[in-house]
Amino acid sequence: MSEEENKNTNKKPKKKAEKVSLTRRDVLKGLATIPVFGPFFYASLRKKRLDDLKKQEILAELGITGEVPAVLPKKTLRKPGALIRLGIIGFGGRGEALVHAAGFAHPDWIERKKKDVRENKLDKGLEAFLNQEDLNVVLTGICDVFDVRAERGIAASKNNARQIGGYGLLKGAKRYRHYQEMLESSDVDAVIIATPDHWHAQMTIDAINAGKHVYCEKCMTRTIEETYSVAEAVKNSGIVFQLGHHGRQQESYVKAKQIVEKNILGRITLVELTTNRNSPNGAWVYAIHEEGSPETIDWEQFEGPAPHKVPFNLERFFRWRCWFDYGTGLSGDLLSHEFDAANQILELGIPKSVVASGGIYYFQDGRDVPDVFQAVLEYPERDLTVVYSATLANGRNRGKLFMGHDATMEVGYSLSVTADWESTRYKEKIRNRIINTSLPLFTYQPGLKGIDTVTSATERYFMTRGLMYTMKGGRPVDATHLHVGEWLDCIRNGGQPSCNIDRGFEEAITCHMATLSYLEGRKVEWDPVKMQVV
Amino acid sequence: MVKKTKLDPTQIPDYTTIQLTALVILRVGIGWHFLYEGIVKALNPYWSSAGFLLETKGIFKGLATSIVASPGALGFVDFLNQWGLILIGIGLITGCLTRISCISGMVLLLFYYAFHPPFIGYTYVTPMEGSYLIVNKNLLELFALFVLTVFPTGTIIGLDRLIFFKKKPS
Repeated sequence: MSEEENKNTNKKPKKKAEKVSLTRRDVLKGLATIPVFGPFFYASLRKKRLDDLKKQEILAELGITGEVPAVLPKKTLRKPGALIRLGIIGFGGRGEALVHAAGFAHPDWIERKKKDVRENKLDKGLEAFLNQEDLNVVLTGICDVFDVRAERGIAASKNNARQIGGYGLLKGAKRYRHYQEMLESSDVDAVIIATPDHWHAQMTIDAINAGKHVYCEKCMTRTIEETYSVAEAVKNSGIVFQLGHHGRQQESYVKAKQIVEKNILGRITLVELTTNRNSPNGAWVYAIHEEGSPETIDWEQFEGPAPHKVPFNLERFFRWRCWFDYGTGLSGDLLSHEFDAANQILELGIPKSVVASGGIYYFQDGRDVPDVFQAVLEYPERDLTVVYSATLANGRNRGKLFMGHDATMEVGYSLSVTADWESTRYKEKIRNRIINTSLPLFTYQPGLKGIDTVTSATERYFMTRGLMYTMKGGRPVDATHLHVGEWLDCIRNGGQPSCNIDRGFEEAITCHMATLSYLEGRKVEWDPVKMQVV
Repeated sequence: MVKKTKLDPTQIPDYTTIQLTALVILRVGIGWHFLYEGIVKALNPYWSSAGFLLETKGIFKGLATSIVASPGALGFVDFLNQWGLILIGIGLITGCLTRISCISGMVLLLFYYAFHPPFIGYTYVTPMEGSYLIVNKNLLELFALFVLTVFPTGTIIGLDRLIFFKKKPS
């Protein structure tokens, strides 16, 4: 007989024989450890109550609810109406990004992103693109002075990766050799301007004269004079103008504004804004395309209103941000983003005075814009100073800080508020150990459960600076998509977009004051009565 | 002989009082720890294992990343983790299905250990409260559950005594 059978035969009669009732002793021993739940739940509840009490007391003190998400502008949530035909002027890096935001991507980009997802499953770029809301637009016009980029734009306009269909996709965009031709065309309702800065003003004014709505990249203009002209042209027109500060759509910035309005930080007297980059790409040393040549680039049109005309130069064409002839340096490229964020949160307007300094200390490659740059913006009427500090040769993230007497708020993609150890308002709670000044009073992170990390260093930089994705319903959404969407919504339904001409005017004047101060080595002041820089 | 190697749950081992006390204290202590870990996670609507998984080092890095990348998988893992901890904790404290609780606990701890192994060359952003090399507290808790698996106490002190009730051999 096998062992198994032995076991079976032994078991059966045993089971029957052992059916006897439990004794009191069995029950007592069986339940002996149950009382452990007494102290367990007592301790757990006590701890939870204490934690909740602390939290509630802090939140009550602050007058905010912990979980209420920031509300994105309603406009972007409305259903799109009539089809809008878009034209884009300038299809470089930013132009491509803006066209993605509108719903069109070059097939190469889709392939590259698919590869990125294969390498890093957490890369949400493609997902955000494929799931983004249909804005009901077609791309009917492309204007770029470089043939390769114009062709890329046409390919993007035909790409149906998002399966949105439409007649425009079948036809694809038409290439216009000169932007004026595009503005004259009746196939374009609205234009996106993503050219170098020196063209922004002229193109915006020409587009307005042609009756086209304008989405213009920052910096809004290259000079102070241009800023007045653009502001006047927009105000005297019926078009919708949006400046490309997509940070306006950032959920954390909206929350930050609420926090300031609730006076959680106390009197804010200092705001620290920074730019921290440390790569050639971050310092605008972009790749020079191998097909770039006088045959493929319309150099004359590129130069356009640039103050100094030079012979054909590939470096100047592809790395135009390195020269004041075309760009606005750290001031217009990156202070503008930081300033607009602070302007959005604090409604600062133009500063009373600006002092700036810096130099070309690391990228001594023939550029004339500084790579290390600091600007101090004074707001005496607000009892407030804004300090901007930028370097293109060190990547340490120094955050965006709003420093009040009672607390400091750090804002980026997420947001945290930390009480000041010498705060008057929180003194009592700090002493009673309800508030711990070594930990944030609270943090706010959009889409808490949806973790998202991105691959490239540049994307990571933009994420921490709060510029790439924002969260909408727990999903990553490209902030630029929301910004373009808001502009289109105002075109259809009226109203002013969040970065309208007034915000654009403040941004451009502030940035130019900083540039002027740097170039002339003096304090530059703003006369609010005469509306003049002095 | 057969019963001993198969660890029959109905078998009631013969321990001295002090042996039994030590084993029950160990069992209830680990149960307490599991239960509280589970409850803390279940009560926090923002808790997610994503942060832990994203920091995975070693051979499970790819798997952990795949879990985080898929909201469905992450939700499932979060759910399993919270309720696994709670049920194992209750099982150990009450001595209910003690062996299953011990083994499930070991599996869970093995995951924690394997996803964050304290091996030479691996560093973690999440701060640890001690210094560990190869052996960490997860591994020790796992070993302790191993001891409790082979020295069962649920049928003496615990609900298993009632569940697997049998007349004590005279």
